[in-house]
Amino acid sequence: MPDAPPPVVALHDAVVFAGGFPLLSGVDLDLGAGTLSVVTGANGAGKTSLLRLLGGLVALSGGTGTVAGVDLGSGDLRQLRRRVGWLGHEGSFYDDLSVRENLTFAARALGRPTGEIAPAVARVGLEHRIDTSAKQLSAGQRRRLGLAWLLLRRAELWLLDEPYASLDDEGRTFFDALLGDVVAGGATVVVSAHDPLRSAALAPRTLTLAGGRIVGDVS
Amino acid sequence: MIRTALLVAGKDLRIELRSRVLLWQVVPFGVMALLLCGLALGPAHAGNSPAGPGLFYLVTLLVTLLMINRSQAVERTSGTRSSVATLGLDPAGVFLGKALALAVELWVTGLVLLAGAVLVLHTALHGALVALPSIAVTLGALAAAGTLYGALTAGGDGSATLLPVLALPAFAPLLIAGERSFSAALHGGALWEWWVIAAVALVAYLAVGILLYGVLEES
Amino acid sequence: MTKQLFPRLLGPVTLVLLALTAWLGLWVTPRDAVQGNLVRLVYVHPAVAWVALYVSFGTATIASVLYLWKRTRSIVMDRVAHCAMEVSVVFIVLTLITGSIWGRPTWGVWWAWDARLTSTAILGVLALGYLALRRANDDQALRARRSAVFAILAAINVPIIHFSVDWWKTLHQGATVFTANRTLLIHGLMAWTLLVSFLGFTLLFFWLLRARYRLEVSRERALSVSLDEALTLRRREGAF
Repeated sequence: MPDAPPPVVALHDAVVFAGGFPLLSGVDLDLGAGTLSVVTGANGAGKTSLLRLLGGLVALSGGTGTVAGVDLGSGDLRQLRRRVGWLGHEGSFYDDLSVRENLTFAARALGRPTGEIAPAVARVGLEHRIDTSAKQLSAGQRRRLGLAWLLLRRAELWLLDEPYASLDDEGRTFFDALLGDVVAGGATVVVSAHDPLRSAALAPRTLTLAGGRIVGDVS
Repeated sequence: MIRTALLVAGKDLRIELRSRVLLWQVVPFGVMALLLCGLALGPAHAGNSPAGPGLFYLVTLLVTLLMINRSQAVERTSGTRSSVATLGLDPAGVFLGKALALAVELWVTGLVLLAGAVLVLHTALHGALVALPSIAVTLGALAAAGTLYGALTAGGDGSATLLPVLALPAFAPLLIAGERSFSAALHGGALWEWWVIAAVALVAYLAVGILLYGVLEES
Repeated sequence: MTKQLFPRLLGPVTLVLLALTAWLGLWVTPRDAVQGNLVRLVYVHPAVAWVALYVSFGTATIASVLYLWKRTRSIVMDRVAHCAMEVSVVFIVLTLITGSIWGRPTWGVWWAWDARLTSTAILGVLALGYLALRRANDDQALRARRSAVFAILAAINVPIIHFSVDWWKTLHQGATVFTANRTLLIHGLMAWTLLVSFLGFTLLFFWLLRARYRLEVSRERALSVSLDEALTLRRREGAF
């Protein structure tokens, strides 16, 4: 019998301090490849901090952790970041550049052919706004631009911070469909949200955070 | 590294072309500061003043501070920083790219301010043209130093006020070197010592930036 | 035993050397034919400037480089750099004050646009900037990294100060103790007094550095207790 694949995320008693305040106060978490998890909790519960830890964007202050094979304590966090896709809740791009210019920058930085931009833009339904400056996009369109940015990345681990905020029903449905495809393709997705996901198409694992720790875990 | 530098410099300059902050905010500020210098000297000394080269550099330093803040601000809006961090760009290339873009912007602004100095402070045109190479080197050193100091202060408490406290003392030798070489171009005199200071500062800041910008980006 | 002995002797030896400097400088060494009693500042000002510009800044820079070097990275290096820079501010201020006292009768003004004086003042602002930078960042690792880079950048200014006398050729007197080809300019008892003053002020720096370091360790220890409390309180948020 073959061994089970190692988890993409393995945290044990993970603690993150910032400015003397414990953002995370001891998180234990295992996430496998090709899974979708939703992290919920009140404001200040530690949702964004958990995502930032998984992305190698903040340092581990205590406990142990491995993400995509990289040790969060002693490993090369820059290597980890290259394998992660991040979508912040306010967007993830340069406001003064157009959709095309933002994606061209990302493609060149990642060494991807710029020919991949058009399919990514079409996939998120922004082809008619491709030459519009990012700051002129609506909140929903900004999310879609963020997703196109992530599609170009082909990340192993997708970290989406409050992606459903200010999305209408059509936007939510679109988002759910896209996440379903990404997970089916083998990527691991972690989404933060205020409330548990109300999706007919997806059956995610729901983790509830409070006080910087996981206090609920429902599959 | 060079590929990343050109990519980042191109992106920063494109953002500048789109936003026109340099044209509509920075240059008018510099021109107004030059006029204020003339007013401060008084009607008897405003024209043909021996303080002309020094005032040109003083205004340039103030303008540089604005531009450094701007250069860092574009990386810190709406979740951009986290997303760009996950692109895994070579930090030395990012430093060189941002310094190059800042240098280009400073050269353009420097030309406008030089024309302003010729016009309102009656600085001799021939001397100003002779001083152009030394101005280019000094502004290049300012750009390299400014990029480092900008990264050092970005995101901290009161970063906009901290930047001048940290950067101006380091800019002082460049101000002296620039002023002396500009004065020598106008009135004759030894130049090489001042070229040495500007060139050593340029090389030192480039070397420190290439070696240590990654450490600052880890922030 | 020996390890304990040196720190214990540091304070008394420093005090003895400084007292010896005061006695030799004020009562034993002769007046100068031109400068009169003013020359006695030579037993304070150069030694204080030596500590301010080279010993303390050098210590802070070396500790900062060692912090950035992954093999030697430790909070000890960050603390040493921080404490050395704080003590450096004290010595830079003393350098400026003693220089000003010396300059008033010599140059006729308290402040002159002398290159070395101006550069030392700029270095003082850099040292204050280092401390301001530390205050602007709450996170320990972030603060340590940024401070270390800034200390190295500030150190680039030290050689500029050193060569500034030659480059700018202004009011400040040239080298006091040695000529450019290492020939001793001061002789006999004056030279020995000068040597004692350099040793005394250098040891004073290390004594102050040690005291400040111990204070910092105590402060961090107190803070770590509150970090544990913060963690417990944070965990309690999740219990409700």
